[in-house]
Formats: sequence, C-alpha cells, structure tokens
Amino acid sequence: MPETWEDHLRRTFRAMITARTLESKLASLYKAGKIVGGVYIGPGQEAVSASIGSCLTWNRDIFGALIRDQGGRTAFGEPILDATRSYLGSVNGPSKGRDGNIHRGHPAQGLPAMISHLGAMVSVVAGMLLARRLQGRLDGIVGAVSVGDGASSTGSFHEGVNLAAVEKLPLVVVLTDNQFAYSTPTDRQFRCRSLVDRAIGYGIPGYEVDGTDLLASLEVISKAVNEARQGGGPQLVVANLLRLSGHGEHDDASYVPDEMRNSALGRDCMEVAEHQLLQAGFLTEAELKSWKTEAAEEVQGAVALSQQEPAPDPYADDWAVYASPELAGDS
Amino acid sequence: MQEVTYIDAIREAQHDLLASDDRVFIYGQDVGDFGGAFKATQGLKTLFPDRVIDSPISEDAMIGLAVGASIEGMRPIVEMQFADFSSVGFNQIVNQAGTQFYRTGVPAPVTVRLPSGGTPGSGPFHSQMMESVYAYYPGLVIVTPATVADAYSMLIDAVALDDPVLYCEHKFLYRWLKSDRLNDDQEKLPIGRARIVRAGKHATVVAYSAMVHEALRAADLLAEEGWEIEVVDLRSVKPLDTDTVVASVARTGRLLPVGEAFPWGGVTSEIVSRVTNDGFHLLDAPPQRLNSRDTPVPYHPNLWEAHRPTLESISAAIRNLLRL
Repeated sequence: MPETWEDHLRRTFRAMITARTLESKLASLYKAGKIVGGVYIGPGQEAVSASIGSCLTWNRDIFGALIRDQGGRTAFGEPILDATRSYLGSVNGPSKGRDGNIHRGHPAQGLPAMISHLGAMVSVVAGMLLARRLQGRLDGIVGAVSVGDGASSTGSFHEGVNLAAVEKLPLVVVLTDNQFAYSTPTDRQFRCRSLVDRAIGYGIPGYEVDGTDLLASLEVISKAVNEARQGGGPQLVVANLLRLSGHGEHDDASYVPDEMRNSALGRDCMEVAEHQLLQAGFLTEAELKSWKTEAAEEVQGAVALSQQEPAPDPYADDWAVYASPELAGDS
Repeated sequence: MQEVTYIDAIREAQHDLLASDDRVFIYGQDVGDFGGAFKATQGLKTLFPDRVIDSPISEDAMIGLAVGASIEGMRPIVEMQFADFSSVGFNQIVNQAGTQFYRTGVPAPVTVRLPSGGTPGSGPFHSQMMESVYAYYPGLVIVTPATVADAYSMLIDAVALDDPVLYCEHKFLYRWLKSDRLNDDQEKLPIGRARIVRAGKHATVVAYSAMVHEALRAADLLAEEGWEIEVVDLRSVKPLDTDTVVASVARTGRLLPVGEAFPWGGVTSEIVSRVTNDGFHLLDAPPQRLNSRDTPVPYHPNLWEAHRPTLESISAAIRNLLRL
C-alpha cells in the first residue's frame, strides 16, 4: 500500500528532528574542541533537505547531497554514525579519515561523496542516471541534487543542468537560496528576479517554494520528483529561506542583517513544521516529546561510540591511491 | 597489404571495446554520426547507436557525467576534442575522478582521450601537451602511446584499469604513423612499463609520444657520427618506469629526457630527479633536459618548428651531452 501523505510528512519531520539534534550536538562538540576540522550545519534548511531525502529510496534512487543536507541524508537513509564518525575522526567512518565532515557518502548505494567545488555534483548525478539508462534500469528511478545560490553562479552548475536537460534525465535539482554564499549576499551573486527563472533558459519546469514551510516544501518537491520519475525530465525547485547559522561554526554570521533574521525568510522551519503537524492532527504532543527524546538518545549513542573508536593510524594505512591492483605502489 | 595508421588503431580499439564490453560507452563532442573531429569514432554510432553519445560543449560536465556513470559500473571513454580543452574539465578530472577511490573506496574507471601536441598551424589552443599537468595529481594514470600497436593495446588496457586514465594521443602521429597491422612483433607490455626501442651505450634519450620518433631519427643521425644512442619509450608517464630508465643509464652513463611539453617542471624534470636520486653514481655527466620553449605554442609553422624539440635540436642536445 502506498504511503499516505500524513505518514510521508511524519517521516520527513522525524528526520528533521534527528538532523537538528545531531547538528546541535556537533556544534557543541566543535565549541568544546572535540571535532577534527570544521563543522558545517544546516539549521533552517531541514524542511527542504529532508523533503528531498524522504522522496527518495536508499539503494534505488540517487541523492547528490551538499553541505547543508543532514536532514536529507538522514531521510534518505544515511546512518547518523557516518556523520559522527566523520566529524570525530573515527577510522571506522565512511572514508576512514581520508576525508571528513560533509564530504562523505556511499556512492554504490546512490549517495555520491561531494567534492567542495560547487555545482560539480550535478553532472555526476546525471552520469549515474545516464548509466542506469544504458543498463536498462532507469525506469521509475530519480536522482536529486542539492545546490545553493552560490553554486548557481558556477559554470559547472550550468553545464550539468543543461546536459541533463539535453539528455532528458530524471534529475531533480533542488536549489536552496539561503541568501548568503558564505558572506556574499544574493545581490552580489545574481541579477535575475528569482533563480527559478533559470529553468526557462534550460527548457525545464521550475517551481518556487517557501523553504521554511515543510508542508509546502514536501508538496512541491514530491511533485517534482514524481514528474521526473514519470519521464518529465529534469526539474528545478528553488526554495527560499535564510541560513540560520554561519557558513561553518567558525563564522558568527554577523553580516546577516537583523531585518532579514526577523522577516518571514528567517522563520525556523522546525518550529513551523511542529506547529503544522500538531495543528493538522498528524502528530500529538506526546509523540513529539518521545521523538525528541529518541533522537537525543540516538545522537548520544552515535557520538559516544564514535569517540571510543580509534583514529586512523598513518602507519597502518596502506596509502593506496590506485584501485587497480597491478598499479599498487607505483606512481 | 593494408596499412593501419595510429588513428585507425584508436578507432579499432574503441570498436573492439564497444563490441566486447557492454559497460563501455563513448561520450564527446561530435563523436556520433559525424565521427569525431579527427574521425576516431567514424562509423561507431551506426554500429552502437546507444553507446556513442554526442555531448554539449561542456568539458566539466562531460567528465562529471563519466565519473557518475563509472560509479554505476560503466566504463566511459570521453573524447576531448583537443587536449587543450580539458582545462575546462580540469576540476572534475583532478578533484572528482582523481580523488574518488581514495576518499570512498569506489573506483572511477574513466578513460579520457586527449588529442595532444602540435601540428603545423594549430596555434596556442589546439597544440598543447597536458601530460605533465595531470601527472602532478594523485590517483590518475597518464599514458602516451608512440606506436600504432601501443595506440591500440594501451587504449584497451586503459579501459580495463579500475582507475581514471588520461590517454594522450598525439595528433601529429594520427595519419603520419603507419604500420602493416595493429600488433607488432614486440612483447606486449602493460601500462606502467617503458620499452627500450633502440639499444646503445653512449647516452640514453628518454622520450614519449611523438618525441620517440624524433629521438629515433636523432639516434640514426648520431650513429653516422659513430655514437650509439639508447632510446627509451616511456609509454606511460604515470606510473613512470624508473627501473627501466635507471637500468639504461647504468649502461650509458648519460641522460637526456625529451618532452614536447613546456619546460617548467613536468615529466622530463621528474626523470632527471629520479635518476639523480636513485642512480647518481651511474652518471658520467650532468643530466640534460629538452622541452618546448617556454611560450605558448606558436601558430606559424616556422615558429612552431623552432618551439618544439626536433631532430636538429635533439641531435644538438645529444652532442652537447656527449661532450660533458
């Protein structure tokens, strides 16, 4: 039996709670000096991100997650241990300490590991979809890729979206316009009225949504995903919201004007979603409380386990850079 | 007897790869019905309509797409129309393809064909040698076939490797270099192994790609003067077969690496560095290097001839090395 709208919403919100709880913990650990490297979190973006992940199926669909996609990663099915192990430097993490923080993934399960260069994952997800087409296993499959307003200025983004349009691939591009690329405001990033207008140039459908609103975000993203699944080709969703953190935890975001924080863009999607679900009778106060407790326990457990695990050992690492066994040790 | 050119070998290798392996597909500009700018894919679209795919002019996305397809088990061959244009796809080559296996444990078996090097009148943006640039980056394999047989077998081997390979094919050799068949009588060597193409005892010239032929002509000329010059064809610049080069220097005591790339750093410097590190005691003279001049590749044939190493400049460099 297909999942009801109510259950889909509940599942999405449940992933948002885990993401927010996890990222709050990571931010505290950063301030306590327990993290290896930086911490990049996505408060305010969980509704959009988790909506992407909850529309996709792990090991079947494809998700090119980006920097502020803990919500989407969790909703898609990435274990939270991947995050805690990556941030805390456990050798058991998905890249064994060779890469860190948000540069993690399970490419063979449909979650490619992002590189830092913005826009670069659009064509990678397109390539994964093209391969499925050549292999005759594209039917009903969708790939989603997450980008921001900053990525939309790159040549890589343009080349990737245009190529996906040419090939008519089932690619959903979710562009979260969070008003700042690091400290650069959108009026130094682009000149068009809204980034959704770019869709016209690519000849693909475009949708614009209030990214602080879970109901609206899930509805629009579900529609785009379904269109792509049914052969409608690439879709562009532009979600407008405000990043409720710095670029990373080292950044106090003092460049964000108070008027923007206090505007509708600055609403916290967690509070909006909580209110929406309670109001609609999709969730009770008691359930909400128990979900938050569960999430806190999950996160605590993952952090504790990751902290007990060994760090990578430079003397035990094989330092192999080639996958081909016949090239081992050569360069 | 039917003659086989270097470009024929590249086309035949792609044909045989497509015919024998469903995972292989070709992606590039004008590679479909048009058959490619140099006709390296001539007729392949007719035979394999789904797996020979025309791309938009988007070098970054072409490589990104190939990496994505390789994650899903495919073996893409990307044709860059000219090696020079791969600079637009540089990020995806070095940061996406080159790092993926190290970061995730999932290989990125992508082969990128780079039509490389100068031909008269091609100018600054259709003549470049990119092998030294890519060799700098970890995780990439760079091959530089100099013969018809290697053009065929190294492309087959490149696609079989689980790693990203930059296959640098020299445009000057495309139709100039001919053989009576795809396989020669030489022992077939794997990627990563150099070949001694002429034995000698007075000096070692290490070359690759089109420079192998210039070096052989120079060795012929020097033979008339009584010198026996050993010529090593590197075949792959990464992995670089240090053992074969050092063993050759052990026989000759003198070293001249020759490359068509720009002179700052690069493959020829790497060879000098490795030989002086590993075989300083074998050297009877300071190693010399010969590269192109340190300017963009010039347009006019007169300037171009004087920009790259040639029979004359290689012969002069060898004579100088023999006097040191």
